[in-house]
Amino acid sequence: MIQKTVRYLIVVAVVALFTGVFAISAQEDEAFSVAVVAPSATNDLAFSQSMYDALVLLQEVYGEDAFQFTFLDGVFIVDDAAVALREWAASGDYDLIIGHGSQYGSIIEELAPEFPDVSFAWGTDENTFGLDNVFAYTAAAEEGGYINGAIAGLMTESNVIGVVGPIEVGDAKLYVDGFVAGAASTNPEAEVNVVYIQSFSDVPLATEAAQTFLANGADILTGTAQMVVGPIAVATENGIPWFGTQSSQAELSGEIGVAFQVYHWEVVLDEIIGLISEGTLGGEAFTLTLENGGLAIEFGDYFTPDE
Amino acid sequence: MIGEIFTASLFASTIRLATPYLFASLGETLAQRSGVLNLGLDGMMLVGAFTAFYTVLQTGSLILGLLVAIITGAVMGLAMAFISVTLKAEQGISGIGVYLFGLGISELLFNKFLSTPRTVSGFPQVPLPILSDIPVIGNVLFNHNLLVYGAFLLVPAMWYVLNRTNFGLMVRAVGQTPEAADAMGVSVARIRYTTVIIGGIFAGIAGASLSIALINTFQQNLTSGLGFIAVALVYFGGWRPTGVLFGSLLFSFVNALQLQISVVGLDIPSEFAVMSPYVITLIALIFASKRQDKPDALTKPFERGG
Repeated sequence: MIQKTVRYLIVVAVVALFTGVFAISAQEDEAFSVAVVAPSATNDLAFSQSMYDALVLLQEVYGEDAFQFTFLDGVFIVDDAAVALREWAASGDYDLIIGHGSQYGSIIEELAPEFPDVSFAWGTDENTFGLDNVFAYTAAAEEGGYINGAIAGLMTESNVIGVVGPIEVGDAKLYVDGFVAGAASTNPEAEVNVVYIQSFSDVPLATEAAQTFLANGADILTGTAQMVVGPIAVATENGIPWFGTQSSQAELSGEIGVAFQVYHWEVVLDEIIGLISEGTLGGEAFTLTLENGGLAIEFGDYFTPDE
Repeated sequence: MIGEIFTASLFASTIRLATPYLFASLGETLAQRSGVLNLGLDGMMLVGAFTAFYTVLQTGSLILGLLVAIITGAVMGLAMAFISVTLKAEQGISGIGVYLFGLGISELLFNKFLSTPRTVSGFPQVPLPILSDIPVIGNVLFNHNLLVYGAFLLVPAMWYVLNRTNFGLMVRAVGQTPEAADAMGVSVARIRYTTVIIGGIFAGIAGASLSIALINTFQQNLTSGLGFIAVALVYFGGWRPTGVLFGSLLFSFVNALQLQISVVGLDIPSEFAVMSPYVITLIALIFASKRQDKPDALTKPFERGG
């Protein structure tokens, strides 16, 4: 309770600080202003970083005078995020407020009717709650998962592949299901073992899951969510090929990094910003796909360019 | 199917998982036996984990990394002791404060100096001659890195200190009846400072055991609340090193078991498997709460004549 209260006060202070800073900028420059709350860090090499990178890219494209954003990361607790989202909505300083995480859906559904002139977006999900000021977005993560799985199926020699998943929901489940199907498509004999550790952030447990896979014969690993840094370290130490998703983990995985499905949220955000500029505040859902460029496969250093 | 689950790797995994719990819980046992509840363990572990990791990344020296973790743990222990012993602040609240500080400062330092996760070569496995060649048991018990061995050797060492040394006697006296200890000329504050600082040192080592020995990377909130489990294990173990060892092994075994069950594809919902360590911990705590060996002065600031 005390911890929660302290965290609440910290969040209020941070939100107040950011609100003040960006309110001035927005009024002076009339820039399109976005506020985002995300569950993990902007450098998590996964879900939150993919959104942060997209916003940085958009700012480069539009220019700082035309596009500004504030990003409140590491707010896994929904109640804490609710404080930020409400403050931002009430301030009237933001053209778009994003709850980047499926756990924020209930808060968005509650806040949006209270602030009908404010545009909200959230994901990963397709549900706009039938509200005219809510956008929803998701990623067809099974597409890249299928490609990664198909490559892994061709590469495995032991015919045992390990998958470290967080919780069996959202794009994590889509990726894992796609990966399993992809591996089966190229190597029906491959056994793809999946462990959902029931946490997005428990690095020690995810690390031990990877160790357990190796002890049971896996010669290829993959995983999703921010706790994969542990399994990547295990893969690196043991020279095991690694497949990733959400963000590129090529730098961390080095020579064992094979392929990464990278989310390009800027594709969706660009559309949403366009709609808001034309006066449409919500009511539509978007999906990142390989076809629309929202998903891309990037390769790591495992293969040389010739291969 | 049973043979697929109860493999040597399952027990080796148990040993690895128990390592950070042992360091943190044994240090906390010492502090609690002197009457100080340190809820800031997790924050101390995070700072120890980051400083050790960053030192190794910059210097390549594992020993230096471990030393830095020890120093930062000691400094945080000193801060906790100052708040709870000298300032006599409510220990639960101050512990949470130390935890939040450790969580925040480790994240700040990570963002400032690293900005993205990196990996290091951690403490390598050191198979013990002859012992590691024993079939099955050798690989389970005697094929680990030095910090794993250190954690398990700490159990008899802590038992000896608490039960067979003058210092241990003073620690127990201060935790049980500080007024009597004070009347006998024992400095309650000095003993409590010492135990909390030692607890901080072991928390720092526990953090280092994650970042430069078992996981070999650092990420924000790397411990994921492991320090709070360590505090619970002290209660679980009835404030005895052997009890803490049993609790750490049991908790780690169930965690390793749920991973193994999932890996071999046994048809048990993963949610059920994951919650099992906590259910077992809760059940054990119910029994532990009936024990009478809890230090009487635990969480109570000492005031001479008070």
